[in-house]
Amino acid sequence: MTDAVGQAPMLPRLFSVTRSRQDTTDTYTLELQPLDGFPLVFESGQFTMLHAFGVGEVPISISGDPTTPGPLKQTIRDVGSVTRALVAAQPGTVLGVRGPFGAGWNVAAAAGGDVVFVAGGIGLAPLRPAILEVCARREDYRRVVLLYGSRTPADILFQDSLDTWRRDFGLDVQVTVDNGQRDWHGRVGLVTHLIAHAGFDPQQTTALICGPEVMMRYAATAFLDRGVRPSNVRLSLERNMRCGVGLCGHCQYREFFLCVDGPVLDYARLEPLMARREL
Amino acid sequence: MNVAVGDRRQIDLSGLQGLIDVLAARGYTVLGPTVRDGAIVQAPIHVVDDLPRGWGDDQEAGQYRLRRRDDEALFGFASGAQSAKPVFFPAETLLWRGRRDHQTFSVEAPDGSSTDQAGKGGPPYAVLGVRSCDLCAIGVQDTVLAGRTFTDADYQDRRAGSFIVAVTCSDPGGTCFCVSMDTGPRPQAGRGAAFDVALTELIDERGHRFLVEVGTERGADLLAELAAPSASAEDLGAADDVAATAAERMGRELDTAGIKELLYASAESPRWDDVASRCLSCTNCTAVCPTCFCTSVEDVSDLSGDQAERNRIWDSCFNAEFSYIHGGTVRESPRSRYRQWLTHKLASWIDQFGTSGCVGCGRCITWCPAAIDLTVEVAALRESAPTARSDD
Amino acid sequence: MQSIEQYLEEHPFFEGLGEESLTLIAGCARNIHVPAGAFLLRAGEQADTFYAIRHGRVAIELGGPAGGPVVLDSVHDGEIVGWSWLIPPHRWKFDARASEPTSAVAFDGACLRGKCESDTALAYGLLLRVAQVMDRRLQSARVRLLDMYGVSP
Repeated sequence: MTDAVGQAPMLPRLFSVTRSRQDTTDTYTLELQPLDGFPLVFESGQFTMLHAFGVGEVPISISGDPTTPGPLKQTIRDVGSVTRALVAAQPGTVLGVRGPFGAGWNVAAAAGGDVVFVAGGIGLAPLRPAILEVCARREDYRRVVLLYGSRTPADILFQDSLDTWRRDFGLDVQVTVDNGQRDWHGRVGLVTHLIAHAGFDPQQTTALICGPEVMMRYAATAFLDRGVRPSNVRLSLERNMRCGVGLCGHCQYREFFLCVDGPVLDYARLEPLMARREL
Repeated sequence: MNVAVGDRRQIDLSGLQGLIDVLAARGYTVLGPTVRDGAIVQAPIHVVDDLPRGWGDDQEAGQYRLRRRDDEALFGFASGAQSAKPVFFPAETLLWRGRRDHQTFSVEAPDGSSTDQAGKGGPPYAVLGVRSCDLCAIGVQDTVLAGRTFTDADYQDRRAGSFIVAVTCSDPGGTCFCVSMDTGPRPQAGRGAAFDVALTELIDERGHRFLVEVGTERGADLLAELAAPSASAEDLGAADDVAATAAERMGRELDTAGIKELLYASAESPRWDDVASRCLSCTNCTAVCPTCFCTSVEDVSDLSGDQAERNRIWDSCFNAEFSYIHGGTVRESPRSRYRQWLTHKLASWIDQFGTSGCVGCGRCITWCPAAIDLTVEVAALRESAPTARSDD
Repeated sequence: MQSIEQYLEEHPFFEGLGEESLTLIAGCARNIHVPAGAFLLRAGEQADTFYAIRHGRVAIELGGPAGGPVVLDSVHDGEIVGWSWLIPPHRWKFDARASEPTSAVAFDGACLRGKCESDTALAYGLLLRVAQVMDRRLQSARVRLLDMYGVSP
């Protein structure tokens, strides 16, 4: 359906909510089926513009499996009026979907080497399709590590997936929280500090990072300090995506239109920009 | 009479009226410069007398006023606030209409027949009097809005059906610098968007007349109906003189050498604080800029909330909410917003589209209420080597 | 006009370090004045300078993409800014920005490290003093994590 996007990129397609799962107190994953019957084919790391009729439209990460057909899965954190309407959508509700948009993780380029995923908070959602891609062709990759930082234990996303990846696919999954409280017996501390002990071969490692920008900056420099090539360190950036097709100008990051050139960009290109404030 | 692309003909005032008449007869809404409320604005025209005969303009930073000329020139002014941008890229355009029905809703795209924009009549448009800088700006917008993977369908429709009558600038304004940007003052085939025909106004002892250059088959076809004789060698020379004289009378200058590197390297320059102390973030510059293309969407719904329209509207990087993401605004300070605008216009535009985003029309200087002048700002950036520390 | 050594003698951080050591490290130092708003160091960049603040105020900041930077600590007269010059991989982790016009003694990090390599007494003295500052700031950061003045206990 890329043609449909190309011809009328501003016109939403209609999808019906078939399932809504509450992941944490403020985060939900919706499953959506296209009313026109054509599944939405996407690459890991891409996003859509989700539209709640009469409320508005926001960019949302696709968190489903790009390797097998199925409903469109989108993980949404309730942070504003549109996302509030989206997480409240009950099965049967019709939402508008534009996309998929943007340049994704390009996981295949990491084949033959080690892969380290670093996720912070809701940043695990856009990484999930990339992790599933690696799991689908696990033999193509060597050591695969997921370092995941969460605010509290209650904010941990996709616990069932974390267990599966660890158990069935041999991923080294390390979870750490900022704030432990009560029954938490796991790690407490910054996720970026786990990079030092992740046991990868810097010469053959691809790092895929998604989370708050501050955390991504620390993570990227931690990989660089260990000898990973800047072009092999990839970050998913957030700016004000509106049109999704590089026409409206809102998501510009100096020379990049993040909705088209990104959201995933490598650190070799980002390093000169990320040190600048208010860019 | 056979007319070919590249031909150079000559018409007089009645020939110009004939040109307007033929365009109208072919179904175009003919837009041209006309005097309204003390300014030259773009509006539908029908007769030569609708044009600003005998009017010129004085432009300086933050200043614009009309003045009487001592001749009968129809195009003896520099430029109005409007470029061709609002013709092809209106400030507001319908993207889709939607209707809600319980849990579901439907959307439909506009039917393609664009509506009357602000009393200008409907498309297709013939735009008369497009200056060379604005012709280059149309070329820039063609790349931005219709020359990449994703295109603006409405823009493409409006542009595809349009007819352009370009005009050589004879009396550039005090804020003009097209020569610095290599965008003028004379329309040139292959520079910027294609013109269908280009006029150079000639007024001397041999009379009031126009050299007409044919740029496209469509232009040739039109001119064939006017029975215009070939231009004389004298007229060709006179037209060259008009352009050469105009080129020497640029009010401003912009040194473009290494300008991308200069802007990128100046991201932390204290000059941004200086300009921010004057900038009102009023967005005038982005509105009058013939290449600025940033837009937002606006939803309009009826009282029941069941019917909604989504419109694309002009936006500006000077608005604080322009860069809003969860957690706040990325470019909170006017300093960072002016930096974004100037850096995009003169530097990152080159990375994005292969050309500068500035065509040297000077409108952002003329229409800035604080008289901020980008040519001055760039010169200041060149001079100021940012020094944060002093050793002793 | 005072010499660098006199500045160092008067600075609380170097108290008790010994005249010999002060003479040694003075060779790595210069006196600087920084206007309000200027950065002393920026996160991500190579850590090559050590600042002993004489007068003024420096904000230790960190910013995300939106909402402006957060000031995490402030450093004042008689305190120091920056220890990443001492600890590999010598990369700054935070921004430090003068919030007032600030005067400081600025040491070249590589030069200081060189002196420490060849003088273990100096190295121990400096390391101990830096560790005391780090200890205070770590304690401050941990206790503030509790959000003691927050609405919930």
